[in-house]
Amino acid sequence: MTGAIETALRARRSDGGKCLVPYLTGGLGDDWLETVMAVADAGADAIEIGVPFSDPVMDGPTIQAANDRSLEAGTTPQRILDALRDADIGVPMAVMTYANVAYRMGWERFMNELRASGVSGCILPDIPLEEADEWTQAADDAVVETVMFAAPTSPDERLPRIAERAGGFVYAVGLLGITGVRADLAASALEIAGRVKAITEKPVLVGVGVGTPAQAVEVSAVADGAVVGSAIVQRMLDGAGPEGVAELVHDFRVALDA
Amino acid sequence: MTMTDPTATGRFGDFGGMYVPETLIPACIELDKAFREAWTDPTFRSELDHLLTTYAGRPSPLTECANLSEELGCRILLKREDLNHTGSHKINNVLGQALLAKRMGKTRLVAETGAGQHGVATATAAALFDMECVVYMGTVDIERQKLNVFRMKLLGSEVVAAESGSQTLKDAVNEAMRYWVSAVQDTHYCLGSVMGPHPYPWMVREFHRVIGDEAREQCQALLGGAPDVVVACVGGGSNAAGIFAGFADTDAVLVGAEPAGGAAVGRAVPGIVHGSKSYLMQDEWGQVLEAESISAGLDYPGIGPEHAHLAASGRARYEPVSDAEVVEAFQLLSRTEGIIPALESAHAIAWIAKAKDEFQGKSVLINLSGRGDKDVNQMMDILQ
Ligand SMILES: Cc1ncc(COP(=O)(O)O)c(C=O)c1O
Repeated sequence: MTGAIETALRARRSDGGKCLVPYLTGGLGDDWLETVMAVADAGADAIEIGVPFSDPVMDGPTIQAANDRSLEAGTTPQRILDALRDADIGVPMAVMTYANVAYRMGWERFMNELRASGVSGCILPDIPLEEADEWTQAADDAVVETVMFAAPTSPDERLPRIAERAGGFVYAVGLLGITGVRADLAASALEIAGRVKAITEKPVLVGVGVGTPAQAVEVSAVADGAVVGSAIVQRMLDGAGPEGVAELVHDFRVALDA
Repeated sequence: MTMTDPTATGRFGDFGGMYVPETLIPACIELDKAFREAWTDPTFRSELDHLLTTYAGRPSPLTECANLSEELGCRILLKREDLNHTGSHKINNVLGQALLAKRMGKTRLVAETGAGQHGVATATAAALFDMECVVYMGTVDIERQKLNVFRMKLLGSEVVAAESGSQTLKDAVNEAMRYWVSAVQDTHYCLGSVMGPHPYPWMVREFHRVIGDEAREQCQALLGGAPDVVVACVGGGSNAAGIFAGFADTDAVLVGAEPAGGAAVGRAVPGIVHGSKSYLMQDEWGQVLEAESISAGLDYPGIGPEHAHLAASGRARYEPVSDAEVVEAFQLLSRTEGIIPALESAHAIAWIAKAKDEFQGKSVLINLSGRGDKDVNQMMDILQ
């Protein structure tokens, strides 16, 4: 069965468009939920909500700072999910967090809570295929899409298995490294996008190292679209507010539609 | 029971595994394969043995402590890892990993360090093997272990401050992992304890089992068999894993001494961080808590997965000791035996000093994991 995220991304693609999935840190600032709504209105196809974790090993300084600030403000996974449950966002959402946040609550309970909060997908960067069984079982039971990662270092033989297990989209990691804005798009971004596109029909989005509208356009020549995290979170950290953040998302949308 | 190899995916019972980003999985698989090959290759083994003998100073002696034995009422034996080159057990693992990294064609080592002992050992091996070396160390630890920072630089390593989170060992691990994600193709992550993703917990234990294997022979010669008790301090648990490995199949009581402020097993809540599932200090939402200990080397909120398994299966017990008891033990060993222990190792002494009534007349083997030179400044401040 195809979930809400994959359905939305496939629809964008079959209209000849490119997909835009912004990442926002949950609980960052009092107006984070309004920001999520504004970003949905500004042209996001789906939205990743980051649930902060104390030790985010895949994240660079920007998202680390956002995590810390959100945690200091008393954010818990439950508070984020409760807020989402009562809101009408208008585009499908995935929660991105780390294994221990879900494991601590219990795989089943966490997946059920996502579902009950209207969250369609789940992204756990520290759960590779080797450790995915418990999580994916619980996610399948709760009808939650399991986004899986393909990395520049993944050998060819892993890619079909990753794509097979992925729900929502395949997250192609654009470079060897952690989240953060870089001056230029890495050559590895186009390369991994091409390798994954070659073996799956599922939407393939590149994230990590896509920080400007121009970079999103560049990588979307091969990929079905991009995940944009640090650039957007930096705006949130700078206090740009819902409109300021939405403006940036709008710029990405316009560039991708051009 | 023995300390066996983990499953192919690195499980010790319910614990262990490979919880790292996809980017690192190929590197972990490559390392697993390389270690398996090297460990069964007589050439690698003899090269490592040669280094351990001629460079690190092994075998380390077993010292019988007449004065302390009399004071405590049990027969105290010390396995003298403090006499190794660089002053602790850490060199055993580092020489093994550096030799392996070289064999794998890696040109750079990255490491995390708390007290600085593992950082110094890694910097030492990097100098010996002519490799580049980057060591991450929490800002707080850089401040409290200045001498070791200077040593690492002297040895040609770059020391980078881990400024995120609690700015101690756990954050240094995060930063080292982030660095590894960015440089995985030419860099080996030289992890300093029996933690992290498979194959590290197993590989690091194997590199340290020389402690237990030697001690087993030395005890055989001295006692005619295994001691009644084997005790070691536990941060991530590498020195404990090394000495336990030599005695897990005997009747010896195995004890891990945890700092009370960092007692991951004592709290017995399973969690996933830094690549494996194990016991972990965390809040009700899974946020990792900061450990608090007088010794920087034990300031870690988790424990290696095999220890979680040894605890869950009942083969080993893990006991908390307080900072105050450690300060007492540090002075006790110095005064009675003329041996100044590392604050980490003093946890093991502190446990037997506290539990002595339970073990009157018994033989107790203590892993003296390191010497206390690095800690005398801190102790001077505390005691004066
Ligand atoms: C002397 C000494 N003992 C013990 C430890 C703790 O490590 P582990 O628990 O891995 O033996 C350290 C760590 O820095 C150390 O320096």
